[in-house]
Amino acid sequence: MSSKHSSTSKLATRFASDAVEELGWWRSHRFLILRRLSQLSILSLFAVGPFFGLWLFKGNLSSSLFLDTVPLSDPLVTLQVLMSGHWPELSLLLGAIIVVGVYALLGGRVFCSWVCPVNIITDLASWVRRTLSLPRTSEIPQNLRYYMLTLVLILPIFTGFAVWEWLNPVPIIYRALLFGTSSGLWILVVIFLLDTFVVERAWCSHLCPTGALFSLIGKVSPVKIAAVRAEACNNCMDCFTVCPERQVLKPVLKKGSIQPLILDSDCTLCGRCIDVCAPRVFQYENRFNSKYSNRIPLKVESQL
Amino acid sequence: MSKTNSKLASVNGVNRRQFLATTAKASCVMGMVGLGLTTVATQSRQLDPFAIRPPGALAEDDFLSACVRCGLCVEACPYDTLKLARWFEGAATGTPFFTARNIACEMCDDIPCVKACPSGSLDHKLENIDNAKMGIAVLIDEKNCLNYRGLRCDVCYRVCPLIDKAITLELQRNEKSGHHAMFLPTINPDVCTGCGKCEHACVTEQAVIKVLPSHIAMGKSAAHDTYQHTEETTLEMLNKGLSL
Repeated sequence: MSSKHSSTSKLATRFASDAVEELGWWRSHRFLILRRLSQLSILSLFAVGPFFGLWLFKGNLSSSLFLDTVPLSDPLVTLQVLMSGHWPELSLLLGAIIVVGVYALLGGRVFCSWVCPVNIITDLASWVRRTLSLPRTSEIPQNLRYYMLTLVLILPIFTGFAVWEWLNPVPIIYRALLFGTSSGLWILVVIFLLDTFVVERAWCSHLCPTGALFSLIGKVSPVKIAAVRAEACNNCMDCFTVCPERQVLKPVLKKGSIQPLILDSDCTLCGRCIDVCAPRVFQYENRFNSKYSNRIPLKVESQL
Repeated sequence: MSKTNSKLASVNGVNRRQFLATTAKASCVMGMVGLGLTTVATQSRQLDPFAIRPPGALAEDDFLSACVRCGLCVEACPYDTLKLARWFEGAATGTPFFTARNIACEMCDDIPCVKACPSGSLDHKLENIDNAKMGIAVLIDEKNCLNYRGLRCDVCYRVCPLIDKAITLELQRNEKSGHHAMFLPTINPDVCTGCGKCEHACVTEQAVIKVLPSHIAMGKSAAHDTYQHTEETTLEMLNKGLSL
């Protein structure tokens, strides 16, 4: 009873107030602000072309040309084109290889939390849920996204065209802003309502095939978040509340855990756990740092 | 040993039965989602007859398999001709098209839209814009065409970038007046690029000449019809003793 009371009063006061007190407002919101800046800057880099004639990036997230020389393309749409039986021009393939390379280096789902504009909407939905203390919703399996990914890649074989691109919300936002095709934004309204009222974090953490693909790419990435001071954890659960993929936190915070690195590539590297943690448990780490490389973690450990 | 086995049997706390049940459920859901997606996509891939694809576009089905909807062709177009389709609009969402009546294709010599295309849905083999086949102009309403009424409007003929090749004026006696000529705009479908200048310029309230996608504008002879391959008439061929 008393614990229930304390948790509601805590929500009523303010989420992560411990961290704000301990670290100050900036330190406890740092990565949230930086991520929003990153997402909006990348969108702006595309937008200054059509709006002001300053062509840094041409195209959109599906495929683009940086400074009229470097091609960049979405690996998911490139795979769909290949699956539909069309052999594209070299620039599309090269663009996809560059993008895969960059995210393999920076961390796969860095795309989701630092680039993808849909993340702003799903984070908003999550914030609404938290602020209104909406009741727990139905659960769907986290791995549904891999089924979605498989589906999205299989459908072009049977239909002969990139079916997913009709509904893919990621380029829809970019096209709406850059090309004035705003009528597709209804999909984002659906995603917002889904995330807020039907299933918590439904889109980004359960369904999105783009996220699933970047998660696979991130398996080889050196950038990880590590619970370097797990022993200082006071079980306030703020990181669990804010984490979009809270299953990745369990293995490193579990009592007696010897592996501080969050190796699960579902982690979006958003850094919110670093923000909201008053005892400063988490930080970004290089997985190949000698601190961690003295022993190879057992497979069971990374899967727990 | 048996303990290890039971541990293996429940990786992540999921045993075989749960695994199979979840997989089956998820597969069913995905099957339904897939059907839904395909239905939406198939329905909306029907191209509006007035949505003309950019120069060098592959046949519609191949085009839809190749186009990544990046808009690079749209940004490359110096005349704002090309647009990306919206949801609930005539072409598959996010794909490029133009409406000739609004802005026609200016047929740039260097074809920047094709060069910009990363996927090859606009065929990079198209090097001479005069060989483009965006569509074919059809004089769809002779009744309202001013030239068919005996006037010398000639606007479609004059604006045609391939004047006297794609559109010619065919002289015909004006039966109404008895002593005038009519100059009938006549389109050569083999030469017409479908740029839409004629439709754009047509002076009537609704254009009487319209660019249509080739598959709508053109008929097709049967393959066994040898007559189509020659300029000679059937009678001439018979007189020469050639097989039909």
